[in-house]
Amino acid sequence: MANTIKLRALTVLLCFVLAVAALAPTVARDSLPDWWRGLFDPIHLGLDLQGGMHLVLGVEVDKAVDTRLDTIADQAETALREKDVIYKRVSRQGGDMVVVTVYDEAAAKQVDTLMSEQFRGLESKSLGEEGGFITRGYQLSADEAENVREYAVRQALETLRNRVDQFGVSEPTLQRQADNRILIQLPGVKDPQRAIDLLGKTARLEFKMVIDNANPQDAIKGILPPGAQLLYEKNVNKQTGAVTETPMVVESRTSLTGDLLADAQVRIDNRFNEPYVAIEFNPVGAKRFDQVTAASVGRRMAIVLDDTIYSAPVIRERISGGSAQISGSFNEQTATDLAIVLRAGSLPAPVKILENRTVGPSLGRDSIDQGMLAVILAVVLVIVATVIYYRMAGVVATIALGLNLLFLLACLSLFKATLTLPGIAGIALTLGMAVDANVLINERIREEMRLGKTARAALEAGYEKAFWTIMDSNLTTLLAGLVLFQFGTGPIKGFAVTLSVGIATTLFTAMFITRLIYDAYMARRHVERLSI
Amino acid sequence: MEIIKPGINLDFVGKRKIALIISLVLLLIGGASLLAKGGPEYGIDFSGGTLVQIKFNNATTAADLRSNLGGLDLRGLTIQQVGDAGNEFLVRVQESSENLTTLAGRIQSTLEGKYGVGKLEIRRTEMVGPQVGKDLRNKGVQAIFFAIVGMLIYITFRFEFRFGAGTVIALFHDVLITLGLMSLLNLEVDLTVVAGFLALVGYSVNDTVIVCDRIRENMGKLHNQTLAEIINRSINETLSRTIMTSGLTLLSVLALYLVGGSVIHNFAFVLLAGIIVGTYSSIFIASPVILFWENYRQRKAGRTA
Repeated sequence: MANTIKLRALTVLLCFVLAVAALAPTVARDSLPDWWRGLFDPIHLGLDLQGGMHLVLGVEVDKAVDTRLDTIADQAETALREKDVIYKRVSRQGGDMVVVTVYDEAAAKQVDTLMSEQFRGLESKSLGEEGGFITRGYQLSADEAENVREYAVRQALETLRNRVDQFGVSEPTLQRQADNRILIQLPGVKDPQRAIDLLGKTARLEFKMVIDNANPQDAIKGILPPGAQLLYEKNVNKQTGAVTETPMVVESRTSLTGDLLADAQVRIDNRFNEPYVAIEFNPVGAKRFDQVTAASVGRRMAIVLDDTIYSAPVIRERISGGSAQISGSFNEQTATDLAIVLRAGSLPAPVKILENRTVGPSLGRDSIDQGMLAVILAVVLVIVATVIYYRMAGVVATIALGLNLLFLLACLSLFKATLTLPGIAGIALTLGMAVDANVLINERIREEMRLGKTARAALEAGYEKAFWTIMDSNLTTLLAGLVLFQFGTGPIKGFAVTLSVGIATTLFTAMFITRLIYDAYMARRHVERLSI
Repeated sequence: MEIIKPGINLDFVGKRKIALIISLVLLLIGGASLLAKGGPEYGIDFSGGTLVQIKFNNATTAADLRSNLGGLDLRGLTIQQVGDAGNEFLVRVQESSENLTTLAGRIQSTLEGKYGVGKLEIRRTEMVGPQVGKDLRNKGVQAIFFAIVGMLIYITFRFEFRFGAGTVIALFHDVLITLGLMSLLNLEVDLTVVAGFLALVGYSVNDTVIVCDRIRENMGKLHNQTLAEIINRSINETLSRTIMTSGLTLLSVLALYLVGGSVIHNFAFVLLAGIIVGTYSSIFIASPVILFWENYRQRKAGRTA
């Protein structure tokens, strides 16, 4: 008997030392040696406690399919021209088809061969032969369309990760979820709107030639020359902050895209002391830029980001170095952010904000204070009630309760679990319910003593009979905790964790440790009656 | 100290008809409130929408805020004061914006225009789109459903099916009465409240298991007593424990309710109400259902014989 007591006491002591060591970095972060802090992390706080942003973005994958078809139409036209195939036109029809119109059967065959050689996963169908024309339609196969969607989400995740990395947040989380959704968690974000702007922008950079002889006023009324589109140039007046929009007619065909960028940096204009973004093309882009500028000296080129014109400078001379600059009405921050999104690359498809939860640091601080106050108040109330009701046995239960709280927090630190406000509530709830195990045991012991058993026999029987009852009641709570963990997100998961971990620590402290205390107490002396 | 004297023998089973009437009345009142209001009052987690918690440097009023936000033409705008200082408010709108200029941002800039930049702080914003709201609602219902089925399986496995049936009926009883109560008091059901309900499910079963455990133990010992007597005796024997445990848990939940802050206030309410109802139901509802089940089976057996 004495031996098992020593062994059990040693186990508890080890747990105690481990728990204190694990929790020390949480309580006293800076006064500990480095090796200690390296061994145990402080308890990780959830976004609701430390402040931060929880975003769920939905990738509009159908737009990616749409863009892919646009590209196919574009490239098909170039290829047809290169191969000298005579065609009437290449166009988009409906949401999901590229249509090529030719004059004769031979050309139709050529088009078919070319399309199947050049593009993967296209299904062709004949749309009819009317008035001397043959019309062929091409659709993405279901598999290929799925590939495009899948790739869009993967690519979006990659791009968003790049942007977040450059944004400078410590410990960001990016996760792909079902239904083309991406979860982003940014702890401690100071300017939520800026984060949203940075992450949510598609950042599709295009260079388009301005059609100077078209009248924008006609375009607004819907009269557009063929192959042209109407876009707006946005200008912000620095003094008043007023936004003016100038209509401009540009070619729908994109001369050059931002995919060919190598770098983007913020520079300050010496003359006006205004920031601008200097961009650098990669070799392919530089060559293309050289060709485009050479062919259009004297014309204006619109620099378009997500269908808004930033500026439309006149090309004064051929530019062969592969560098250019985007000026517009920037301030330091908007220029920096533009450079970030250009460096990180564009999203393959636009994203929508499906969910956005942002907690400011001051509210997080308040929540921690209130949560801790609630736990302390709960502990005090429970201890007072237990000691009044069970006297010495209540003191034993109180010791178990204190160790329970210690072990529970230590487990959170050891498992690297995240503590949230509902998690703190879970701790308070656990401590309230933890005494239940001791209540069950104590009530049993009282019953057994009433039957006239000796203290030791009553104790023995009390623990034994209460064991399965305690197990049953705790396992059902654990079951609820696990369901909760499965279903919950963020803060709720924190509740499930403390509830579930709390059950384990409760079983250990309320059964194992209290038993040890009684056994150790009775091993030394002859006890007639228990104070219970 | 003892609150419940040993050897106490209150006639709980005999009062089961009265208990049944009380429960039915509570269920009817809650149900009527739910019907009249067209279901529970969902928070933005489930209905979709935008919530902004704003703290002003100086005290202002909800009416003032409302008139200042009038220009935005917000659908389903509600404004609720937080705390007693009169400078912190929750602004809820039934709209969610999926584009980059967030509704919260528009509310912020509008208010900064009226009160002055730096005179207010946005402490929390939540925007849940309609699709996510629907998903979360489905997941919440599923979670509660699976938890209850899980309990039924566990109890059936550890005890008998009739115990499981009694437990699950008591569970529905607790959840529905608490839900009705929330509807009556116009409290919002959101994600944390669902978490509260799941904890309540766990707690309520916990309570019932203790009584069932004792019934089973006594059924093995007391062969010459009727089931009704055994059940009543078991409830009495565990009464001291039931009250002690419920009381202690209630104390800690009360601490949460009183000082835990506005974010988990409704959550704490669910537990507070749920523990009281759950304790009542494990005494007056769960065990009598076992008895009722047994009587029903015997009557059926008698008829066929």
